[in-house]
Amino acid sequence: MTRLLEISGLKVHFRTDDGWVRAVDGVDIGVDRGETVCIVGESGCGKTVTAKTVLKLIDMPPGRIVDGSIMWQGRDLVPLAPAQMRGIRAKEIGFIFQEPMTSLNPVYTVGDQIAETVREHEGLSRRAAMDRAAEMLSLVNIPNPTKRVHDYPHQFSGGMRQRVMIAMALSCNPKLVIADEPTTALDVTIQAQILDLLEEMKERLGMAVLLITHAMGVVAENAQRVIVMYAGKVVEEAPVGPLFARPRHPYTQGLIRSIPRLDLAATSHQRLEAIPGSVPSLLHPPVGCRFAARCRHATPECVATEPPLREIDPGHKVACHHAESLAA
Amino acid sequence: MAGSIPASASAEPVRRPHVGPWKEAWRRFRKHRLAVVSAAVLLLLILGVLLGPLFWTLPIDEIDFAATLQGPTLAHPLGTDDLGQDLLARVLYGGRISLAVGFTAMLVAVGLGILVGSTAGMAGGRTDAGLMWLTDLFLSLPQLPLLLLIIYLFRASLTEVVGTELGVFILVVSVIGAFNWMPVARLVRAQFLSLREKEFVEAARALGASRRRLVLRHILPNALGPVIVAATIDIAAAIIAESTLSFLGLGFPPDIPTWGRLLFDAKDNLDFAPHWALAPGIAIFLTVVSINFVGDGLRDALDPRRVL
Repeated sequence: MTRLLEISGLKVHFRTDDGWVRAVDGVDIGVDRGETVCIVGESGCGKTVTAKTVLKLIDMPPGRIVDGSIMWQGRDLVPLAPAQMRGIRAKEIGFIFQEPMTSLNPVYTVGDQIAETVREHEGLSRRAAMDRAAEMLSLVNIPNPTKRVHDYPHQFSGGMRQRVMIAMALSCNPKLVIADEPTTALDVTIQAQILDLLEEMKERLGMAVLLITHAMGVVAENAQRVIVMYAGKVVEEAPVGPLFARPRHPYTQGLIRSIPRLDLAATSHQRLEAIPGSVPSLLHPPVGCRFAARCRHATPECVATEPPLREIDPGHKVACHHAESLAA
Repeated sequence: MAGSIPASASAEPVRRPHVGPWKEAWRRFRKHRLAVVSAAVLLLLILGVLLGPLFWTLPIDEIDFAATLQGPTLAHPLGTDDLGQDLLARVLYGGRISLAVGFTAMLVAVGLGILVGSTAGMAGGRTDAGLMWLTDLFLSLPQLPLLLLIIYLFRASLTEVVGTELGVFILVVSVIGAFNWMPVARLVRAQFLSLREKEFVEAARALGASRRRLVLRHILPNALGPVIVAATIDIAAAIIAESTLSFLGLGFPPDIPTWGRLLFDAKDNLDFAPHWALAPGIAIFLTVVSINFVGDGLRDALDPRRVL
């Protein structure tokens, strides 16, 4: 059976004055129906670009899909014309943005904005669309939805706005929702609520979720499968259990070690471990392993040749020459 | 199948009587007291020039040398000019033309400005550079000589086709509009440049909105605040520009009174007949000031973020 979404060999480059930046450089990601997949990685590793490329939301130019395919239910989205792409957005793949404070149009009521999307895709009447909007608001647990549909975005708090954004993204029943760091801009208590909501929606509407985040805590809570990206490439992919239990890639190990742990911090004055150095320039990426410069296990082989992504356990793929010896 | 939205989750579809956006805007507009007063004044002026000539039936061009340069009397409430023509009749009639020119020229200027500005702001790159170059060109042209040239070239042929009054009206309106769109264009372009990068525009795109819908529904309404204010200033500028043209003998012919024309005719007699200049002057002043306040009120009323 074809997967819901299958990205293979995707390369997205951006033209700058200094040359082409290879933001995404040969990425393979698959999402099955009803599954939650997390993409993790630090800022600038290409996770947001990958996500936006699926719906072709990156600016082209300067961006360009250089190579690869994005198969959506067996149909390649890369060569699709803008008009056809519009039919996919929201209707089949929903997208939730990072910034709930600014992602709603300030001059329309939230009901108008949800209704607009529904009308665009499902051709409902104004009235039916407004009813759907209220229904969606109640679905995302906004109290008093029939009244709140007539409120403007500035009358909602950050967490509430993110709920509205989720309601908008889900209003046309997409089969997949891509959430690009949906909780980064919210405070911690609200974060948990939003993630719970997303999980609840997923169960209820039977959709798949592609969650992009840089917080390992979010990953552990929500994902079934995790994809770790570094410098425009996938370095490790595994189900969530094995990834946390036995991370194989030194970068993943570093990420997990850098999670603050309250229990240790309180008792043993342990300092938080950080990964030294920073992401290499994607303008001229290194020839070998892109993590080699920051890796304490690096050998001359790592600098010379690039490690391919290979399966070392069933469902567990790693791009590291020393994956076998590094199992923690 | 799990893909449908459970209807049971819907809240009771109780329809609370809610206020529509226009009613809401009107409620907010009413809170701006100065704007309401101004709107009333403006309405009065418009009604006055539209209906006034029906009740004040003295002709605008009856010459009476027995009553030249009279101050206000019962027979002539606003006095007479140097030919003994009744000024009230002339001010009422002239207001029609001045207001019509002001509003229409504003619409032309704002329409052109929005078109050029939004195209430049949306397209970017070479189109943007070209259009802004054109805008700068228009801003740096010596306007008056050019106006004279255009009117000189086209007045005869245009009036031949559509008649004197309408011909001059079209010419004056398009010329004034064509020389006042630049500030609006720059304003709109600047707004577009910042707004098109906003997250909500990207969010709308992610939800499947077409480019046209993005511009018309998401970007333009957010850019409109400053444009409304610019538009009110444009009306004032157009009324004054028409006066200038009339004064130079290039607007409406001397026998058709406009507020500007009346003012300029009056200026040589300011010493001994100040009443002559007063009426059209006050009319222009009231129009311009009240339009500005109405614009202020409109901008605030149409911006839902502002708490009123």
